[in-house]
Amino acid sequence: MQIYRSHILVCGGTGCTASKSLEIISELESHINANSLQNEVKVVKTGCFGLCEKGPILVIYPEGATYVTVAPSDVKEIVEEHLVKGRIVKRLLPKDAKLAEVVTSLDKVDFFARQMRIALRNCGVINPEVIDEYIACDGYKALGKVLTEMKPADVIAEIKKSGLRGRGGGGFPTGVKWELASKPVADQKYVCCNADEGDPGAFMDRSVLEGDPHSVIEAMAIAGYAIGASQGYIYIRAEYPIAVERLQIAIKQAKEYGLLGKNIFDSDFSFDLELRLGAGAFVCGEETALMTSIEGKRGEPRPRPPFPANEGLWRKPTVLNNVETYANIPSIINNGADWFASIGTEKSKGTKVFAIGGKINNTGLVEIPMGTTLREVVYDIGGGIPNGKKFKAAQTGGPSGGCIPAQLIDTPIDYDTLIQLGSMMGSGGLIVMDEDNCMVDIAKFFLEFTVDESCGKCPPCRIGTKRMYEILERITEGKGEESDIEKLEILAKNIKASALCGLGQTAPNPILSTLKYFRDEYDAHIKDKKCPAGVCKSLLKFVIDADKCKGCSLCQRKCPTNAISGEIKKPYVIDQDKCIKCGACMDACKFKAIEKKA
Amino acid sequence: MKSLAELAAIREKALKEISLRQSNDGYKIIVGMATCGIAAGARPVMNSFVEELKKRNLTNATVSMTGCVGVCRLEPMVEVIAPDGEKTTYVKMSPEMVEKIVVEHIVNGKPVKEYTIGNADN
Ligand SMILES: Cc1cc2nc3c(=O)[nH]c(=O)nc-3n(C[C@H](O)[C@H](O)[C@H](O)COP(=O)(O)O)c2cc1C
Repeated sequence: MQIYRSHILVCGGTGCTASKSLEIISELESHINANSLQNEVKVVKTGCFGLCEKGPILVIYPEGATYVTVAPSDVKEIVEEHLVKGRIVKRLLPKDAKLAEVVTSLDKVDFFARQMRIALRNCGVINPEVIDEYIACDGYKALGKVLTEMKPADVIAEIKKSGLRGRGGGGFPTGVKWELASKPVADQKYVCCNADEGDPGAFMDRSVLEGDPHSVIEAMAIAGYAIGASQGYIYIRAEYPIAVERLQIAIKQAKEYGLLGKNIFDSDFSFDLELRLGAGAFVCGEETALMTSIEGKRGEPRPRPPFPANEGLWRKPTVLNNVETYANIPSIINNGADWFASIGTEKSKGTKVFAIGGKINNTGLVEIPMGTTLREVVYDIGGGIPNGKKFKAAQTGGPSGGCIPAQLIDTPIDYDTLIQLGSMMGSGGLIVMDEDNCMVDIAKFFLEFTVDESCGKCPPCRIGTKRMYEILERITEGKGEESDIEKLEILAKNIKASALCGLGQTAPNPILSTLKYFRDEYDAHIKDKKCPAGVCKSLLKFVIDADKCKGCSLCQRKCPTNAISGEIKKPYVIDQDKCIKCGACMDACKFKAIEKKA
Repeated sequence: MKSLAELAAIREKALKEISLRQSNDGYKIIVGMATCGIAAGARPVMNSFVEELKKRNLTNATVSMTGCVGVCRLEPMVEVIAPDGEKTTYVKMSPEMVEKIVVEHIVNGKPVKEYTIGNADN
């Protein structure tokens, strides 16, 4: 074994890989060799650090210096300055580093200081492709403990006591789910992992699998022991190639070490694991559709009961949990249910990972204790709204969820409060919206998604969501009628009551919640034919202010449809019939003479 | 995997490799590696520290580098910061001196007085 004086951790998550982190690694290796440092310095490719906005990220230990937005061309300087001469390259440190002189370590950046990492404990810390590094961080210790010291019923009791609830959306208590599946007597049972992650904008599960695949494998084996299953399946979308590859490597290494396979830890327990790749249909994240897809059939849901705990995959008792749910399990076993239950709120224990996106400074991945307020997430961790704009609302729960408006920004985030507000926790996508977002347009966006993703098996979802979408389309085009709101409400109620699966049952939520909090915006579209946020194109007019226009003709030259005419040094005018409202003129004007009028 | 002991053995071994990345509350050994330090032979000194720690399975210390502190004639210089923040500066270092510092200072907590800056023949 080689001991190095320095480790360089480079993020190899999907985001940073897309911004050239692999190129950075090869540059690092070549400069390290050029300076003959290869026996002193080790380069480690890790999973996501979470601060995707500032990627690619690189951390150098033992100093813990964090370099952000690193380009391959910065590598030479990093090697020659930091590694050869021990001088921190200050210009690459994160901007909000308050102490210019002191080396900025990751946990001192505001973004990280308020987080609490359980599910993401190893992401950005270990090399996910080396099982030994996972083991060094107490990996597989929980499985060892379970198999040598605990009975299946003890494991279930411990998980129940921890208060862990499913992180895939529904929030069902995990221990209870395991208990239900442990009861039936069957010749075969299954443990499945839901890594379909279909919510637009969500990437929590992908990051766990890319950064710490063994945590999910270990937890699935523990679940197998608890319910009496010897076979597991991870259902993962094929659009996650890095996660798929790391899982394959991890499963292979676990098998080599005998942590998967026969008689693990010399016990009677045997467990094997396989991957199943999904084609990326949203409905395949629904549990019955997912199992149908694993069976090799078209991924469509079926009515419940029977519930998977009794009749799941191949009609055998099955436990299905989400990736993040599993990632919490080893820590609960190692640190005890009481420890886990001490974090969070009364009915929502532990932490939740969120993928924050939209109008926010620090786009990325955060893990926070349940009960953290939305304000803390948006302003303290997320760094606030760009360009000094006002926070308007945050959407949680994706297409099944709803929005939380600005007046409720001090809401603590947990399962039950979000449901009360008409939204839901969902799997953890959190999209931040500012004053420039039109809420009717947002509702239309999510409806368009559900219309696209509806599998078509049941009419309420197949036809009903389409009708709702058409009404929204009409409203945003200025053709809405006053009775439309009532029609939406009736449709929403009926679809919720009659759709076959969660996809249809929750599809009306984005409409209902925007209606609840932003009724005035709907009214403005329908009655006044105006879009207050200036988003819905049919309701907009671009006009040139004759007092401010200097007659430079720049807008005329930029206009793609020749809708602008005029004479040099005299005010120009826009022909509204020709204008396609692309906004190119407004971007081009140096005198702010072009206005968007609602 | 047959036993917890087997798992623990892998853990022990791997932990040494990655202990560097955990927040380290142990000793910090900081070697001056500016041009002056490197020219005076700081690199072999630094390598000796890494070797020595490895040989003795010590994980309570990390080795890192710093730039020029300004007393170039005393290079190679090494600063050892103890967990309680106590600083000791060793001067005119050579690889031969490293073993003694590791044994007496890092293992037993007693700085090697004769190598420190106070004893440098000015
Ligand atoms: C349309 C639809 C899509 C879903 N997509 C996902 C998904 O991508 N990932 C996920 O874990 N759960 C998803 N779920 C929830 C699953 O049906 C199931 O409740 C969950 O995987 C159970 O795991 P948990 O108890 O650990 O949360 C979806 C549900 C519906 C109705």
